[in-house]
Amino acid sequence: MKEVAQRMPIPRALYCDFPLGRPLGRPDDPAFQRRVLDAAFALLDASEPTLATYPETILDEVDQPLACPMPARLDPSLAPALAEARGLRPAFERAQAGGLRTDVDVEVVEEALFAFGRVAAGTPWEEAGIPRNPIDAALNVRAYYEQAATALAGHVPAARAGESWFARETAAGALVHDAQQAMKDAGAPFPFWFYLLPASQHRLH
Amino acid sequence: MTADQDMRAMMATLPVPELEGRPFTAPPALAGATVAIVTTAGLGRAGDEAFGLLDPGFRLLPHGETDLRMSHNSQNFDRTGLMLDRNVAYPVDRLAEMAAEGVIGGVATNHVSFMGAQQELDTILLDTGPAAARVLREQGTDVVLLTPV
Repeated sequence: MKEVAQRMPIPRALYCDFPLGRPLGRPDDPAFQRRVLDAAFALLDASEPTLATYPETILDEVDQPLACPMPARLDPSLAPALAEARGLRPAFERAQAGGLRTDVDVEVVEEALFAFGRVAAGTPWEEAGIPRNPIDAALNVRAYYEQAATALAGHVPAARAGESWFARETAAGALVHDAQQAMKDAGAPFPFWFYLLPASQHRLH
Repeated sequence: MTADQDMRAMMATLPVPELEGRPFTAPPALAGATVAIVTTAGLGRAGDEAFGLLDPGFRLLPHGETDLRMSHNSQNFDRTGLMLDRNVAYPVDRLAEMAAEGVIGGVATNHVSFMGAQQELDTILLDTGPAAARVLREQGTDVVLLTPV
C-alpha cells in the first residue's frame, strides 16, 4: 500500500503495483522476480530513507473467472456442491504434492459444505455445525477449490481469476453466497458473514 | 477499478501507528551481506501451529525447508500465485541463485513469516516483532527483504 508506506518511517521501500498476494509480481517467472529483487536491493545504496516505485504494473483479473474443467458429477444422489468437491479431490492432491501446500483440512471442507447448506436452507448458523468458525470454514473451502484449480487450469492464472471461478462458477461458491446472505439476514456477527467470501465477490442485499 | 485497487483504496484510509524516529542503517556491501526474508504470507512448516485469526505471532522457516504450509486467513488477496510458486512471496530460490552468483553474500539460516491483515499492532510492535528481530540478528542477518501479503 503506497499510501501506508508513505506515512510510515520505513527506511527503504520499493512500491510495486502488483496484485495483492503476489509481491514479486509473476509466479513461475524467475527473470521477472529477479528484476524486482535487483530493484529492491539497489535501494541499499541510498544514503537516506527512500520510497521508490517499480516501473511495471500488473493488474488483477477479478472479472475474468478462470476457465477450469470441472469433474463430471457421477453420483446424482449427492448434493451438487459435495459431489463437485469430491470430484476435485484428485486434482487437489496433485496440486498439494507439486506446490506450496495450503493449510486445508479436507474433512473440514465437506463438513463446511454440509453446514453452509443447512444455513442456506434456514438452519440458524449457530446450530448448523459449521466446523471451527465460519471464516475458517469458508477459507478451507475456497483454498481447497483454488488449489485444485491450479492443477486443472494448465497455465498460471491471472491474479483473482481463481477466486472468481470459485465464487461465480462453482456450486460450492453459490452455496457459500447463500449461506452468507442468510447469516447477514439473521444478524450474525459482522466478521462471520462478511469474511465468508472476498469483498470483491460479495453480492449481498 | 480492479479488486485490488478497491482494496488498496479502502486500506489507505486506515490509521497507521505513530512511531518515533526512522530507523536507517548502512548495511555491509550486498556482495558480503547475509540476507533473510521476512514475509507476511502466513507460512509455516508442516507441524507448526497454523496462524489463527489476527495471530500476531511468527514462525521460523529454515532455509532449505521445502514442506511449507500457508495458513493466512484473510480472504482479500490472490492465493493461487503462492500455491504455484512460493517465490512470488517467499523468493528463497531467487536468493539462493543470487548467492551462488556472488550478488549477495549469503542466505540466512532462518527466514521469518508473520501473517498480514492485522488490525491491532501493539503485540507485533512490542513483543513478537522484536523477538523475530533478535533471532535474525543473532543468526548474523545483515539485510532483511520484507515481502508483504
